[in-house]
Amino acid sequence: MSHRRIRAVFIKELHHITRDSRSLALALAMPVMMLLLYGYALSLDVDHIPTLIYDQDGTSASRDLVRQFRGSRFFDIRGFASGYEKIEHDINFSRVLMGIVIPRNFGHDLESGHGAEVQLLVDGSDSNTSSIAIGYAESIVKMYSGAVRVRNVAPPPPPAVEARMRVWYNSSLESKNYVVPGLIAVILMILAGQLTSLTIAREWEMGTMEQLLSTPLRPAEMLIGKMSAYFVVGVVDSLIALVVAVTVFAVPFRGNIVLLAISTCLFLFGVLCWGIFISAGSRTQVEAYQMGMLTTFLPGFLMSGFVFSIDTMPKVIQVISVIVPARYFVAILKSLFLKGVGLGAIWDQMVFLVIFGAFVFWQAARRLKRQKVA
Amino acid sequence: MSDWAVETRDLVKTFGDFVAVDHVSLEVSRGEIFGFLGPNGAGKSTTIRILCGLITPTSGTAMVNGIDVAKDPERVRRNLGYMSQRFSLYDDLTVEQNIDFFAGLYGVPKLRREERKDYVLEMARLAERRSALTGSLSGGWKQRLALGCAILHDPPILFLDEPTSGVDPIVRGVFWDLIRGLAKTGHTIFVSTHYMDEAEYCNRLALMHRGKVIALGAPAELRHQASAHSLLRLDSTKPLETMRALEDVPGVVDVAVFGGGLHVTVDDAEATAERIRTKLGAAAIEIHRLEKILPSLEDVFVSMIEGEERRVA
Ligand SMILES: Nc1ncnc2c1ncn2[C@@H]1O[C@H](COP(=O)(O)OP(=O)(O)OP(=O)(O)O)[C@@H](O)[C@H]1O
Ligand SMILES: [Mg+2]
Repeated sequence: MSHRRIRAVFIKELHHITRDSRSLALALAMPVMMLLLYGYALSLDVDHIPTLIYDQDGTSASRDLVRQFRGSRFFDIRGFASGYEKIEHDINFSRVLMGIVIPRNFGHDLESGHGAEVQLLVDGSDSNTSSIAIGYAESIVKMYSGAVRVRNVAPPPPPAVEARMRVWYNSSLESKNYVVPGLIAVILMILAGQLTSLTIAREWEMGTMEQLLSTPLRPAEMLIGKMSAYFVVGVVDSLIALVVAVTVFAVPFRGNIVLLAISTCLFLFGVLCWGIFISAGSRTQVEAYQMGMLTTFLPGFLMSGFVFSIDTMPKVIQVISVIVPARYFVAILKSLFLKGVGLGAIWDQMVFLVIFGAFVFWQAARRLKRQKVA
Repeated sequence: MSDWAVETRDLVKTFGDFVAVDHVSLEVSRGEIFGFLGPNGAGKSTTIRILCGLITPTSGTAMVNGIDVAKDPERVRRNLGYMSQRFSLYDDLTVEQNIDFFAGLYGVPKLRREERKDYVLEMARLAERRSALTGSLSGGWKQRLALGCAILHDPPILFLDEPTSGVDPIVRGVFWDLIRGLAKTGHTIFVSTHYMDEAEYCNRLALMHRGKVIALGAPAELRHQASAHSLLRLDSTKPLETMRALEDVPGVVDVAVFGGGLHVTVDDAEATAERIRTKLGAAAIEIHRLEKILPSLEDVFVSMIEGEERRVA
């Protein structure tokens, strides 16, 4: 391994990057644009959800629960229904988003300590909003039932855990605090993958690969040189994304900066090597671009758990998501931003990023070694 | 260490069923300008790529500077400079950035780097354009820069694959002055070309056809090899009628239109020339000129390739 050759490749790639000022500007503007676009789109806080109540019970307990909903800023009680048809009709005509049905034995069940049920009918056409609405409704019901249990039954059972977690880590219940850190991971995955995915295919298209292969340059040296140059861009992108998150979105950062820096570098390393791996398997830039997008965009958005919970996905996707590095980086960022935890809570995710980076580096070097003119 | 700069034994390269290089055995001495000729698709580039370690041969051995290309490709690469058929420097880098990049790849020591760069800039006459974008240079300059980048580490052997394709004759002349200069300082030059005038500059030539080397030797030797027959130049008033009249003259092997006149391949030059005079005199065709000429390399190669085609068919 010659550091002189690595340096030559590194500098040459930096020349390419700075020469192509349009692509560079785009690469630097991308994190801002994507954060603003997706950040606002995904974290439109849901409140004043138009709601209809169908109280079949009509006891003091059910009226108590209704009062809880009235008291919450997340719900706007538009009226009472006397049957399912009314709720269905109003949801179909988008007059309300949710119907809450309190069944006939609600008060009785609650007294007896068997646990009571409340039925939620939701307009599922906007899955994002409706899942948030369900979350709010559940936490209100749980808090209420918890309070009831505390009052009526002894000894008190443990309170509903989920409701407390929300309150604890995202106390203002602002979805942006939860969405934006994860979004940073997804954006960096897409960007970093894109940065390197063209770099080998371009050498083939331009005919320069043939010249490189005739020199003493080794595959690993080419890989490290190219990766380092785009690493610089990736770090700048990360800084921009983090600054936008903290300033524009006012997401509080509670964690350790050093841990943040280390895990970001680990993540960038792995994804940049992934881009080179993709590129080394393509002979045209178009092909490399499509493969790069396919393997970063979809897994980044769907399998990283940044808004769409992995646990509720089909088994196949859950299994695939294990090898999606964004999944681990999303977890790290959420932990560092919202919980302010230390190394103890995220070391296993960091270990995965190390394993991913090392494995992909090895595979990319192997693919580069196999590059032959014919 | 082997005496040869380049040595191949029964080199074969197949692409599927297609045999691109067919049992090629060559020896190139040190300091030689070795020309590689042949029609399109003959297998010249493929052979050169094998020698540079870019393609793995199907069978056979290739030694460059005494090193087996298959066994130690990396050491081979430190010993050669390669200019591919297609221009392959970075258009979006400046002249100087390209030079610095390749100097780094070839591991030119820091102390010598400036000196080598100045040498290359001067050789390629690019000193004033060192900050110009490579993509903005014209063909001749690009090719000289590509040559310059291939010799930054002062390799003993240079592989140049059609280095002068598509540039005008004056620029080609300048380029060949550089090549001859390099050969004088002991470099071995392995160069492929389509131009016959360039072939004349080579110490030795190999003619390749359909993957095979069908002739090998110095330009003068090749001319003599082909001279089992003699060539007559015949200018007359009515070329077409002349051709017809020559058909049944004993001793005439072949007649071809060449420029304004005819090239007549014959068995016994003096006797056949006499018979031609008699025959055309009888047919009332006036002869402006009839003389024995030395075949050009192009004649030689065309007749060799035609002979090879007839042999195969
Ligand atoms: N990678 C490849 N796959 C399949 N066939 C190939 C490949 N590379 C070359 N060939 C074929 O091998 C033959 C020889 O090609 P080569 O490039 O060596 O010829 P050449 O003598 O350099 O011709 P030219 O003068 O046109 O450059 C051609 O018919 C070409 O189509
Ligand atoms: Mg060729």
